[in-house]
Amino acid sequence: MQEPGFPEAEARLCQGMAFPPPPHLPNDPIERLIALLGRLPGYGRRSARRAVLRMLTEPDRLMLPLADALTMAAEAVVPCAICGNLDSQSPCHICADERRDRHLICVVEGVADLWALERANAHRGTYHVLGGVLSALAGMGPEQLAIQPLVARIEAGGVEEVILALPATVDGAATGHYLSDRLRPMGVRVTGLAQGVPMGGALDVLDEGTLAAAWRARRDI
Amino acid sequence: MTPALRLTALRLTDFRSWAQLDQGFSGRIVVIAGENGAGKTNLLEAISLLTPGRGLRSARPGDPARRTAEARAPAWGVVAGLEGPQGPVQIATGTTPEAPDRRAFRLDGTQVRTQAEVSAHVAAVWLTPQMDALFQENASGRRAFLDRLAWALEPHHAREVAAHDNAMAQRNRLLAEGRRDDRWLAALEDAMARHGVAATATRRSLIARLNALLAAGTLGAFPRARLGMVCAIAAALDAAPALAVEDKLRADLAANRPVDAAAGGARIGAHRADLTLAQADSGIPAEQSSTGERKALLVATVLGHAGLIAADRGFAPLLLLDEVAVHLDAGRRRALFEALAVLPAQSFLTGTDLDVFAPLAGAAEGFCASPGILAPAEGFPPPLAS
Ligand SMILES: [Zn+2]
Repeated sequence: MQEPGFPEAEARLCQGMAFPPPPHLPNDPIERLIALLGRLPGYGRRSARRAVLRMLTEPDRLMLPLADALTMAAEAVVPCAICGNLDSQSPCHICADERRDRHLICVVEGVADLWALERANAHRGTYHVLGGVLSALAGMGPEQLAIQPLVARIEAGGVEEVILALPATVDGAATGHYLSDRLRPMGVRVTGLAQGVPMGGALDVLDEGTLAAAWRARRDI
Repeated sequence: MTPALRLTALRLTDFRSWAQLDQGFSGRIVVIAGENGAGKTNLLEAISLLTPGRGLRSARPGDPARRTAEARAPAWGVVAGLEGPQGPVQIATGTTPEAPDRRAFRLDGTQVRTQAEVSAHVAAVWLTPQMDALFQENASGRRAFLDRLAWALEPHHAREVAAHDNAMAQRNRLLAEGRRDDRWLAALEDAMARHGVAATATRRSLIARLNALLAAGTLGAFPRARLGMVCAIAAALDAAPALAVEDKLRADLAANRPVDAAAGGARIGAHRADLTLAQADSGIPAEQSSTGERKALLVATVLGHAGLIAADRGFAPLLLLDEVAVHLDAGRRRALFEALAVLPAQSFLTGTDLDVFAPLAGAAEGFCASPGILAPAEGFPPPLAS
């Protein structure tokens, strides 16, 4: 059962997951915490249990500040109205930064990829988060993705190059082909990351050196 | 010559009929005798699952979990120690109780990112009694056989075929839903064309090279086999460069949308390819050959393939020959055993009767299987360590 106010985007993410969250939460406070942590990517039940146990040894130093930080982030973080990044402000600090090159938009599948590219320091322009890739079998069509807002940004003028940093999967490639077909007639250059991104690979698991190299070698699609 | 790839140890946990098995192997030829139901084929299946794919029984990921009258095991596991060209390597595969329908791989204890990482270390090719009917049935079984041969040659082949089939399934879905988003369809047709041509090129190259090797007649008393492919894309590749064939395929798929929507599937593509097999000297195709001749053609293909892969990749696939002697007469049996003794590949043979393998005594390591137990066979000691 979803908590009231469970954001729609989150619900959509869970739909695509192989293992949807369990239907109910235990009442015991420790078990409840483990169950909640265990829903997060990267946390199995075992690692969740370990983390909870560690926190319980020093609740004042590890737990209460974490609870505060969680509350603060949940209340403050909003999707950026321009690019879809998650930040404490909208427009996000990237879209608001005067030094970023507005001629360049980098299109990514999700916020994790945006953050990975920022960590790699590869891109001096702005971003656009699609919120997924095309997948007929998963029911993700063009209207489920943030394609129209991207088109609107380009129509507003000033964009010269759209860089597609999409996963090297069949769906990522099809999405790239689709976007290239849609955007090129609008007079922008459309480029993609070069080979070196392994097929089936998600951007946010690549090391920063690989990502930066793929970035430098981008080319027209 | 010692084969460059050898299975040296196998551990099974809740795999089909085996609750637990821990067995070392030291022979280049391993024979396993036992009654039907003793778990011989299960053992070969476990080895076949060390490579990506569905193994020699085309199992779904959760299928191999052991069942008893009362319960079903929550997960299964196969761990193999292999001696490979780059030294020893451990490959583990199986499911977990948390994800009983997902097969995972570990390479030396580390989860792999892509299955091609596993294919770089191990390959296996098999012949089962079910495959005796390969040339009486529909093309999909023959195509799967061809793809396994191609895959051992080129580890990325499976990915190309899977990418093609994935794009095709999505295109079929859009067409079935009456969704005429031309841009989206074109994106999927682009993927079908690129991956379909790449997969066909690999299949075609495998057939050409295997035919050249088989024509050289290195397999003694076996009838010389000749492979062929019935495939529009392969025929186009005979006449035009790959990029031109891709363009043509994209255009044809786009033009075919209405007919494909009506037919419920794509009329052209890499999924329509078919494999042919014939006796090279007489030209008689496998489907018109006797059962024994057909088996000999398949054996010749698999042995020739092992030689080809060994020369190309530095190691030959593990040969899994289930009940292989059944339709072979004494002369061809002898030829098979002689070929296996010199082939740079490790082979695993099963049979109901140990006597059939008598000519291999001294050369092969033998086991007798009975439900849950694998015991050394008398007269087939492990060869001295060399
Ligand atoms: Zn933004």
